[in-house]
Amino acid sequence: MKRALPILAVLVVLLAAIAVANPFFLEPAGFLAFLKRAAPLVILAAGQYFVIVSGEFDLSVGSLVTAEVVIAARLIDGDESATWPVIALLIVIGLLVGLVNGVVTTKLRVPSFIVTLGMLLILSGAVFLWTGGAPRGALSEGFRVFGRGGLGPVPWSVLILLAVGAAAIWLMRADFGKTLMATGDNERAAALSGVRVDRAKIFAFMLSGLAAAVAAILLGGFAGVSAQVGQGLEFSAITAVVLGGVVLGGGRGSVLAAMAGAFTLEALFTLLNLYGISGALEFTVQGVIIIAAVAAGAIRLPWKFTPRKGDAHAAS
Amino acid sequence: MLSMRGIGKSFLGVRVLSGVDLDVTAGEVHAVVGENGAGKSTLMKIICGVHAPDEGSIEIDGRPVSFGHPLDAQRSGIAIIYQEFNLLPERTVAENVFLGREPVRRGLVDRAAMEEATARLLDELGEDSFGPRDPVKRLSVAQQQVVEIVKALSIDARLIVMDEPSAALAEHEVELLYRLIGRLRERGVAVVYISHRLREVFDLADRVTVLKDGSRVTTVPIGEVSSDELIRLMVGRDLGTYFPPRSAGAGEVRLSLRAAGNHKLRDIDLELRAGEIVGIAGLQGSGRSELAKAIFGAEPFTAGEMTPSRPRSVREGVAMGIGLVTEDRKAEGLALRQSVRDNALLVARAVGGAKGRNGVRDLLERVRLSPPRQEQEVRYLSGGNQQKVVLAKWMTMAPRVLLFDEPTRGVDVGAKAAIHDLMRELANDGMAIMMISSELPELIGMSDRIVVLRDGRIAGTLPAGPTEEAIMRLAAGEVA
Amino acid sequence: MNQLVRVRRPAGRGEARSGLAARLREPTQVVFLALLGLIAVGWVLVAFDGGQFLTMESVVGIQQRSAALGIVAIGQTLAILAGSLDLSVAYLISLTSLVAAEIMAGQDGNILPAIAAVLAISALVGLVNGLVITRLQVHAFIATLGVALIIKGIVDHLYDGPAGKVPESFQLLGYSRIGPIPISALLWAGVAVVAWFLLSRTRLGYRIYAVGGNEEVARLSGIRTGRVIVITHVLCSLCAGIAGLLLASRLGAGAPTVGTDGGYDLESIAAVVLGGTALAGGKGGVAGTVGGVLLLAVLDTIFNQLEVNSFVKDVVRGVVIVIAVAVYARRGMRRSQ
Repeated sequence: MKRALPILAVLVVLLAAIAVANPFFLEPAGFLAFLKRAAPLVILAAGQYFVIVSGEFDLSVGSLVTAEVVIAARLIDGDESATWPVIALLIVIGLLVGLVNGVVTTKLRVPSFIVTLGMLLILSGAVFLWTGGAPRGALSEGFRVFGRGGLGPVPWSVLILLAVGAAAIWLMRADFGKTLMATGDNERAAALSGVRVDRAKIFAFMLSGLAAAVAAILLGGFAGVSAQVGQGLEFSAITAVVLGGVVLGGGRGSVLAAMAGAFTLEALFTLLNLYGISGALEFTVQGVIIIAAVAAGAIRLPWKFTPRKGDAHAAS
Repeated sequence: MLSMRGIGKSFLGVRVLSGVDLDVTAGEVHAVVGENGAGKSTLMKIICGVHAPDEGSIEIDGRPVSFGHPLDAQRSGIAIIYQEFNLLPERTVAENVFLGREPVRRGLVDRAAMEEATARLLDELGEDSFGPRDPVKRLSVAQQQVVEIVKALSIDARLIVMDEPSAALAEHEVELLYRLIGRLRERGVAVVYISHRLREVFDLADRVTVLKDGSRVTTVPIGEVSSDELIRLMVGRDLGTYFPPRSAGAGEVRLSLRAAGNHKLRDIDLELRAGEIVGIAGLQGSGRSELAKAIFGAEPFTAGEMTPSRPRSVREGVAMGIGLVTEDRKAEGLALRQSVRDNALLVARAVGGAKGRNGVRDLLERVRLSPPRQEQEVRYLSGGNQQKVVLAKWMTMAPRVLLFDEPTRGVDVGAKAAIHDLMRELANDGMAIMMISSELPELIGMSDRIVVLRDGRIAGTLPAGPTEEAIMRLAAGEVA
Repeated sequence: MNQLVRVRRPAGRGEARSGLAARLREPTQVVFLALLGLIAVGWVLVAFDGGQFLTMESVVGIQQRSAALGIVAIGQTLAILAGSLDLSVAYLISLTSLVAAEIMAGQDGNILPAIAAVLAISALVGLVNGLVITRLQVHAFIATLGVALIIKGIVDHLYDGPAGKVPESFQLLGYSRIGPIPISALLWAGVAVVAWFLLSRTRLGYRIYAVGGNEEVARLSGIRTGRVIVITHVLCSLCAGIAGLLLASRLGAGAPTVGTDGGYDLESIAAVVLGGTALAGGKGGVAGTVGGVLLLAVLDTIFNQLEVNSFVKDVVRGVVIVIAVAVYARRGMRRSQ
């Protein structure tokens, strides 16, 4: 909680700015709409967090989201009764992709950057190969309800988001989370304490795959079926996590902060829209902010903790 | 050529060196000996510009110098060869030798000149087992050491500091080192030679300087001192430091090794008993840490017997009730950015044991962590407190056998005594303890039995309270 | 005399092991062996299919397909060798294609100013990348991703479709050829030779390897590591700018999506890694990258000729990259034992 404070403060300021420009935002309906829009990215950020905190990358989530949506549309093809089996299948696929990413990274010692990049190519190729170039079929109403509908006034996606968020926080407080964090911080010390570091990392990749599957289910209903639905989401997710103060390289940062980072990113887009800045310039602002955020975090540290540069060797 | 006067240095208020004088003349091999913690490595780092002295002066050829960076020392003709080599494995020998100083002709790197110069230096050293174009990654450790020496010669170093140069070498490779040093002497290069191995000191050095507790004891020509005298000069202190009383006797055998070995160890026979602290002595590279890691299952034994069973992995070792307090706390013992509590619970969480979780607070009090703040990140703790966290980590699983590798290295005096007390307390509670230490007074004060290793084998076993000389003799082999 | 002999043919144990057999085991050589193998397999497959592999047409096709990616990958090689990487190249390519086409505006006289402007902008972007990494101490991944987003925003804001016009004479760069060799391939070869020369014959090249291999060792040897990283980023961006010019000449105009459609960011990294250059830096070279790019292009050509669905290509590509790096990793582990 303490580590999430800076990003939460930024988030609150942004939300206040949105509310000033658009009072509707303060009404439950307005705020819930915001949460609904933010839900997929927040869930992806939670998944990506597990991988990053263990010291790795997952570049495959964007294409995994696209693949999942396209697969769902093709398999359901408007058939209401196929909804639940397909949802189950999507989740299995997400876990499986994570499993492969994790096993290749840990057992074959290929950098995760390359593994998940390869997975990105494989997934996007395979899906379009199977569908013949353009997404076909249609989602069922029962599938779309998760992204669009709600339980009374509360959208399903918000409820799912709450569940995912709670689960992620719980996981990070459980033994798994603590050992994963230690693995990202100092893999050797963790291994010498009996932590199964390979297994922990594989599980982290599987969580990221699972998050992508859930995000795909929400996005399929919310944004519809297209070949671009997941485009760039891997970078947005990594941006969100880093914005939350989680450090690439592992061992630092909280999952709550990572999710807050995703909310902040989404709030920033909303705010830019409100002030009439074109959708395209959003990216420019996003770019500036991510560099500034990381630089602000990075610059403080060396002055505090690392010795004079020439000493680094001597100290070892 | 080098003259140091009244050198003093403190770190964080702890005095490491005081009033040290050192004179080195051209073409001389000057050995510096002393126990761990005597201040050798700090003195070397001052010579090489890594640390600046707090007091005292350094002169080279009569001119005062002050080094702010290792490069300054290099420009004055001083080079150091660390135990850990500063080489790029993917580049060739010549490229490494001239790294950062590549000769250029018409704007381009003059490879031919570079390789020729390297070849010439290799020739002068009588080295013909590899050439300037060989990539460093294909060279043996001894050959890489030659590359470091060539690098030093290529900057026209007139003084080369060698820090335990033989530690990483096999027996036959040490011969090569002797030959190299002979050639350096012929060239008029001064060598400052730091070593624990007295035989090498007697074989190589012209003069020897003995350091003890941060001060210089004496500097004498090697012909005027015997090895027994040298050992006495190094360790000669009164062992008045307090150690907890030994226990009455050893209990049942907790762990035993029969002819155990792996790629670093051979024919190890050892028993660890409940209630007993077994000390392990040996020089650097003798296989001390490897022994601990093999018993623990991190670098398992591949031959011989171990009862109750031979662990093939860390998890099997932990399941057998074995814990290892590693030598390098920061690299191998702790996740530095995690809290005290999370580090203390790491083992319990990794193996899924429920024990000790609720009692972390009690445990931290038991290991005398002061103050026992659970939420602090361990990187902010002192060395002594960090070590106590490592101890707490293992105590959560109530181990049957606890292995300590240099348990008090980098720990202040107060915490040291606390750790010693705790070790004895654990032994008295029925734990079997093995302790590796290169600090002989500690080893003698704590151990009920001392096993000395040499070159991966057991060189001998000594009963409680041996003399330091006895340990040194076994560890170093026959001394001239 | 003795010395001279040694310089020419260093004798002894070490050298014996670095003979031909060992050389062939280096990743750079592996990729060319794989390339030959792939050509052979392609030949057989296409022959079975009743076609003819490596016709004049397909060879020209391979070269043209490779040129733009090849040039970007050369720049990427420099950045990766120095222990960094650049995710901003794809958007920079889009930006420079637009800058080139807009300034040229169909006039021959504007070609030189356009080229100058493209190179200046590229150098500036590279400088920003390098300074953010070294001065602000931002991880290269985040720094170049951030710069990529900044460029993307500007490009998307100003353009929503192709713009500008490239004069006929400049389009020759993209399409004309000398015998079987397209001008674009010559450009690629030129860039590769310059980069090879830089890496193997200049001090800067040596320092790039040193910084990527071990930054601490480099620093202790008196190398200004930050400066080296900045320069490699400038060079990497310049390569992307040249690729942007090439693509503009081929399209006849600038396009805001030309860089991302080609996937030049991740594909260039993939080609570099496929060529045996270590992602961690300090190991590899331009030759391997050329092999990696050609391998990908030949793969493409085979699939085109067999008329296999083009998406298979992506799948195979992904598998090939992961397997290649796994093989290199295994080699590294064996050697270190």
